[in-house]
Amino acid sequence: MKIHLSFGDYLRNFESFLQSFDPSEPDKLEISTHDKWISVHPVVLTMIAALGHRVGPDNIKIDAITAASGHYLARMRLFEVLKKDSPYTIAEHESAGKFIPLTQIRTQEEQTKFITEMIPLLHLEPTQADAIKYMVGELVRNVLEHSLSKDGAFVAAQYYPKANMVRLGICDAGVGIWKTIHHSWPARTDIDAIKLALTPGITGTTKREGGTETNAGAGLFFIKSMAMVARDYFVVYSGTALYKLTKRDKRTKGFPRLRANPSNDRHAETNSAPNFPGTLVGIDISLDQTLELTTLLSVIRNAYTEALKERKKIKYKRPRFM
Amino acid sequence: MKIIHIVKIAGTFAENKDVARDVRLKNIMPAVKDGKEIILDFEGVTGATQSFIHALVSDVMRKYGTDCLDLIGFKNCSPIVKEIVITVTEYMQES
Repeated sequence: MKIHLSFGDYLRNFESFLQSFDPSEPDKLEISTHDKWISVHPVVLTMIAALGHRVGPDNIKIDAITAASGHYLARMRLFEVLKKDSPYTIAEHESAGKFIPLTQIRTQEEQTKFITEMIPLLHLEPTQADAIKYMVGELVRNVLEHSLSKDGAFVAAQYYPKANMVRLGICDAGVGIWKTIHHSWPARTDIDAIKLALTPGITGTTKREGGTETNAGAGLFFIKSMAMVARDYFVVYSGTALYKLTKRDKRTKGFPRLRANPSNDRHAETNSAPNFPGTLVGIDISLDQTLELTTLLSVIRNAYTEALKERKKIKYKRPRFM
Repeated sequence: MKIIHIVKIAGTFAENKDVARDVRLKNIMPAVKDGKEIILDFEGVTGATQSFIHALVSDVMRKYGTDCLDLIGFKNCSPIVKEIVITVTEYMQES
């Protein structure tokens, strides 16, 4: 596999970044970087970490880094997580920035510890922290429950003061969404599987709508809806499929309509991306736009229950009038 | 009447579904089965995930119907926890 890190590898341009990802030769990983500047979304680092753990440190090759911003990779603990020698020395005091370096989470206990410790690292207000804790809680638990990855989840985040935004990435190199969903739901392709996973009431653990005692099929719909309301980018990449929620029209007054069918959201999608063995979720959380979580949840609740009602109606058998 | 202090077992942000499942199986289910009241006290819990609350109560509602809500009290809920509890109990009645 080959990955090239450049500048501007953010969710807005995620398709461009994927053009540099070559999934052939899956037993080794080669990382190259732009010669002048590296500027990447934390989700890109989580993807490298997940793939790197899959192949092991002996099979990872990192080309010489000449970009001035290359030390960012060390600050985000990329070399440490990949168990490779770092060409940079980071002084201890430098770590006190507004970011969460790459962290591997393999158990529920590690997840709880991470959620407890991450907010002080981002220096956020409690109201801003709620939404981020919520997203990390749901997304990491999804990985631990469904990905079947022995390496668990890789998480990283960074606060960008100019944009007043937190960029968050979570990735695993597990079985991918299609394998999780298709046992219970008719997903022909990876993009079908992603869309089913985003649909309210659908979980790969059962054919029953509304889920089981432990899974409601609500987590991803809630997070996509939070991104939609806040006009944030939200990306899900698994197998050969990429689903990217794009920014809704900012002239929309009040709350946007939250749709149960992700095909009806303003989005970009492809089913011919380079095959990624696992699942990646990236999200930009604008702190200017972020409403109190309580308000958001109230709106999403209404959309969710309406969606379930609608789906139930669709399933009602019609009487045969003669 | 039994009182379960959620903060002691799930921390200030309740997201551990394993903990929720344990509370459901060891405390809520037996109480509801015996027709006894149980209080889930969320004092000190600032937020919770939908998955946590789902793992806590959805199967109780599925097995004992919506009347079980007469026996389960949700005490000292923050606005976020309250919203999630309403969400889960509402969609369980729809599904």
